[in-house]
Formats: sequence, structure tokens, C-alpha cells
Amino acid sequence: MKELIQNLVELTGPSGFEHNVRDFIIDEIKDHVDEYKVDNLGNLIAKKGKKGPKGIRIMLAAHMDEIGVIVTHVDENGFARFHTIGGVMERNCAGGRVRFMNGVGGVIGAEPGGTRQAMPNIPKLYIDTGAKNKAECKVKVGDVGAFERTFMDLGDKFVSKAIDDRIGCAVLIELLKILPDGPNEIYAVFTTQEEVGLRGATTSAYSVDPDLGISIDVTLVGDTPKANFMEVGLGKGPAIKIKDGGMISDPRVVSWMEAAAKRIRIPYQLEILAGGTTDAKSIQISREGVPVGCVSIPCRYVHSPSEMADYTDVKNAIKLFVELLKKPVKLN
Amino acid sequence: MKITKKENWKSPSIGNPQIKLLEKLSNTISVSGDEREIRKIIIERIEDLVDEYKIDHLGNILAIKKGKGRNRIRVMLAAHMDEVGFMVTHAEKKGLYKFEIVGGIDERNLVGKPVIVGNDQKSGVIGAKAIHLTTAQERKSPIKTSALRIDLGPANGEKIKPGTLATFATKLKRVGPSILGKAIDDRIGVATIISILENQPENVDILAAFTVQEELGLRGARVAAYSMEPDIGIALDSTPSMDMPTFDGSENTLYRTKLGQGPAVYPFDGATIADPRLLDLFTSVGDEYKIPYQLRQPAGGGTDAGSIHKQRGGIPSISISVPGRYAHSSATLVRLDDWKNTVRLVHATLSHMNKNLLTKDRR
Repeated sequence: MKELIQNLVELTGPSGFEHNVRDFIIDEIKDHVDEYKVDNLGNLIAKKGKKGPKGIRIMLAAHMDEIGVIVTHVDENGFARFHTIGGVMERNCAGGRVRFMNGVGGVIGAEPGGTRQAMPNIPKLYIDTGAKNKAECKVKVGDVGAFERTFMDLGDKFVSKAIDDRIGCAVLIELLKILPDGPNEIYAVFTTQEEVGLRGATTSAYSVDPDLGISIDVTLVGDTPKANFMEVGLGKGPAIKIKDGGMISDPRVVSWMEAAAKRIRIPYQLEILAGGTTDAKSIQISREGVPVGCVSIPCRYVHSPSEMADYTDVKNAIKLFVELLKKPVKLN
Repeated sequence: MKITKKENWKSPSIGNPQIKLLEKLSNTISVSGDEREIRKIIIERIEDLVDEYKIDHLGNILAIKKGKGRNRIRVMLAAHMDEVGFMVTHAEKKGLYKFEIVGGIDERNLVGKPVIVGNDQKSGVIGAKAIHLTTAQERKSPIKTSALRIDLGPANGEKIKPGTLATFATKLKRVGPSILGKAIDDRIGVATIISILENQPENVDILAAFTVQEELGLRGARVAAYSMEPDIGIALDSTPSMDMPTFDGSENTLYRTKLGQGPAVYPFDGATIADPRLLDLFTSVGDEYKIPYQLRQPAGGGTDAGSIHKQRGGIPSISISVPGRYAHSSATLVRLDDWKNTVRLVHATLSHMNKNLLTKDRR
């Protein structure tokens, strides 16, 4: 499982350019699903199981994309200016390394000016690929890249870029491998363009047309020095989302999840996230409306090149999903 | 992508009749929410040209013109009919009116501008204190819209109702190689679609959507794409160009687009990541046909494509725009050649489209 996580997080796949991640996942899951397809927006939609008499159609969503950069201009001296893809924060940029889809690497530099503490804004940052001049620069306008940072194993915890949301992908992949036959029709959707506005989930929820939707994503934590108050912490179990900035979980789904966690005696946390949202928001308001919930993996330093999560939270999230999905679903 | 130029390809021409049409379109008042005036002009032009058309519940014109032969792809071309402008909110005495901005207009662009109000185009001006009467302190800060009034003269003592829409009064003009007008955004897209319909490549079905309320959040395109259910979507719009020299002479890295460099093909904006197959096709056709084009710098902003691509199970989409300086002010300035090349690029690219386009992996 750790190897799977490492493989996933080290792939480069910013929003709209998820194909490396998609190819890797197809390879992992193809022998464990009944069918799969890639849709118009690049979502990977995999189906497992048939709907039995007491079964329903459940959409599980984890997004393949990560935040990144896109080149806007290469100047005469060969420095590439860029625009952000998704919620890249200025303070995490200078000194950071990026890897473009075409393999070219670079470091983010900042124009001088202001104080040592001042945060340069994006137009004052540039990517240095080591090119001598414009003609030699191996990236051009429209080329995309993501942060480059290797996986670091800290025992229970691990650190990497793109834990948001390759960790959700890892949970889904593992689930497809071990989930026993049950009464439900499972649609595992590895979505695209979440970081730029839940776009892949919008269209895949429409085409899957599920009876129930659950997203698997990371959530913020309140257990670091002077963190904004939040109940959720690392290593205290997967978080069952009550609400976030974009959606309120169906309360019946929350109770259903809590009951399952208690049954199998895993630790869990209840999550109230002030800002930000997940694919579940799009699923909830698709077509005539869909009951949704979200299981979150607590994560420190989200959207930095060094996000941190806890391995036991991941394992417990998988256990929770197996318990939830193998039986008929009753929401009340 | 390997493209071989079609020997018999003929570009639609953009000459005086097309510019005349653009003039009529641009001089009309059709602010977001009431696009009736512009709709009349468009319908007059297309009703004999298309197989069928209807006006939907939001006011979009949805027109279909089928091609011939097999393996045709259904292409939605979208251009928005609405423009940014003003809404009169309250009548004060002596022909003075409070107003609000509809869509995105910089408050600093308002003072002293002539306006036209209502579909009968009453003339007025957004007034402000004459410089003789202002203090140095006052001149340092922009005047809030709430402190401005439209002055109608007062037009024969006749009162304007709250809700009446208004725009800048600029009439379309040709200036050297350029055209300037108040509503080039997006009447130039409307005129482009009409030119394409008049010269339609037979290998595609054109689903022409003249949309409403784009300036308020891509609203019309959303329902238009849902009901038309095209195979692919192309938004034809006008995009800001900031290609002027920088004040300190340093390299301008934030130009978005440059005038005279051809149509702006969008890889990425705030609302859409272009379908890579469409991006590849448009740029390959541009290269093969030697039609100048430029990539719009990736940045924020959005076009109708932002709504179209998210409808139903997902619709591969892209935006193509004519670059224009001073967008959303009293006059947007575009190069005639950029418009010609936009029509050429869109027409040539359409002539290379068929269903196989989408059978390729989307990377």
C-alpha cells in the first residue's frame, strides 16, 4: 500500500493533464472491475458489481489531478512566467521545483524587491529551466507542470506533494481490489479538474446518475502550532464530513457512516471544514439531486509541496468503505 | 496532428457587407438580460440560412444548419448577444437618473461618457463636476457609481422607467487597419458565426447558439448546451489585449494577447481547460494553412465554453477570440485582419472535423 501511494503521488498530473495518473490507475484496476471507460473530460469511470434486489448505484469519487502551473510567457532571457492551476499559494512557490509534462524540470525564482518577509505575487515569480535564452527554453506558452517533491516515509506518517488527492485514488484502487461481491453497483470514478472547480465530477455524476455519492479527499487539520481551530487531527481516524464550504452531507449518510465505524471499532472523527469543498458538492446537485457524503483523510500542509498524512488513517478509511459497501445501504 | 490542406478550400470573405453587419450589431443596445433588439437583427439575417431555429426560455437563439454526407460531427458555435452596460434604477428631477453597472465595467471609465438609453436610444451623458469646481483631493480618487448620474437633457421632459438599459454611445468606426466600437465583445463573434453559416463546410452540422447573459456568468450558454447536446463546443468571443509598452520599458509579460497576431486560441482560462484534441486541431490547421494565430496567455477570465463543457456527460470545448484592446470600456479596438484570420481559422478547422476526432485519446 505504501508503494502504491508513493507511485501515485510521484506522478505529474495537474488539472486537465491527468493522463499519466489515469494510465497508472487503469493498469492497477483493470483486472478488478467489470468495465471501465474514459469520458470526454478524461474521467476514468470504473464499474464493479451488479445491482441486486436490495442494492443501489453508488458513485465513489477521488480526483486524479493536482495543483500546478501553466506557462504564460517565455521572456527573452529564457525565463518562463506562469499562471497557477488551482489553489497554489505564493508562499509555497519561491525555491520550489516544478516538473513539466514534457519532462523538463525547473526552479521557481522571485524578482527581488520588497522586504525579506514580503510574499512575491505570481507575476513576480518565474520558472528557471536553466535555458540560456528564449530559443533554448524547452517549455512554451501553454505547457503545464506540477511541483516536484519526492515521497518521504516517516513511519506512521508520510510526506509528499499531491497527497491531495492521490491518497483518495489509492483508497479507491485498494477498495476495488479487496471489496467482496455485494448487493450494490459500485462506480469508482477517478475524476479530473477538481482543483479548478470540481469539473470532472460535474459531468461524471451526470452520466453515472447514482443513487448515492461519496467523495474521498483530504481535509485540513487543527493540530499544528497556532492552527485555525478545527477538531480534526492527524492519526485520529478517517474524518466523516458533516459539512464544508460547498456542501452539507446528507445527515442520513453521516449516521450510516458513523454506525459502520462503530461496528468495526475503528477510530473516526467528525469533520466541519470552514472553507473548501470536494467532488461531493458537484455530485449532490447533479440532475434531480443525490444524497452525498465524504470520507476525508486528515492532511497537514494541504496544497504545499510537502503534504503530510497518517498511514493508519488511510487503512481505517479502507476498512470503513468495505463495511459500508458490502451490505445493502439503508439511510434513515 | 498531421493536416493536409484541402486544395479547394475557400475562406469566407470579410469585406464591406460583413463590416456593415458588425456595425449594425455593435451600435444596437442589447445589455445582458434584454437581448431582444440584437435578436431581431440576427434572426433577420439567419432565418433563410438555417434549417431550423428557435428562441429558448432564456432568450438564446438556437439554430441548426445540417451538413451533408456521413460521419458528420455536431459542432456548437456559441457567441453571446449581450453586452455590458447600465441599468437605470431611479429617476431624480430634471432628467437625472441613478444607474447601476450591468456586467464588468471599471467605475473609472464612466465619468463624462456619452451614453444611449433605452431601445429608442435617447442620448445622454454620465455627468460629473467640471474640473473647475473640484478640489485637488477630490481628483485623487475615482468617483463611485452611486455618486454618478445619467443626464438625459432632460429628454423632452419624458421620464425613463427604472429597469431601462443603457450603453456607451460609441458608434462603430474604422480607424486605419482597426475597428472600434462599444460592443465588439461579442458582436464580432455573432458576425463570425453568421459568416460561417453563409459559407458552411458540408462535413459538419452547425449548431449555432447566440447566447444571452454571458457577461453575468455564462448563463445562456449553460442551458443552450444542455438542450443542443453537441459533440463539441466552440465559443467565439473577444478577449482583452494588453499589448501596450510597459511604463518602465521592461518586457511586457502580461499582454494576454497581441493585436495583429491573429485569432487567440485558448489553452486555459479561468473557466475552461481546452480539450487537447481541439487545441491540437486548431493549431495544426493554423500551421498548415499558414493562418496566423496566437495562444492566449493562460490566465483567469472565461467564455461560454466554461458553461458548455460541463453540460451533461461533458462536451469537449475550446474558445477562439478576436483580441481587442480596452475591453468593457466605451470603445474596444480590434484589428480587421485579426477578425479575417479568425473567420479563416474557424472555417478551415471546421472543414477538417469529423466524428473520428473524438475517438482519439483526449491527451
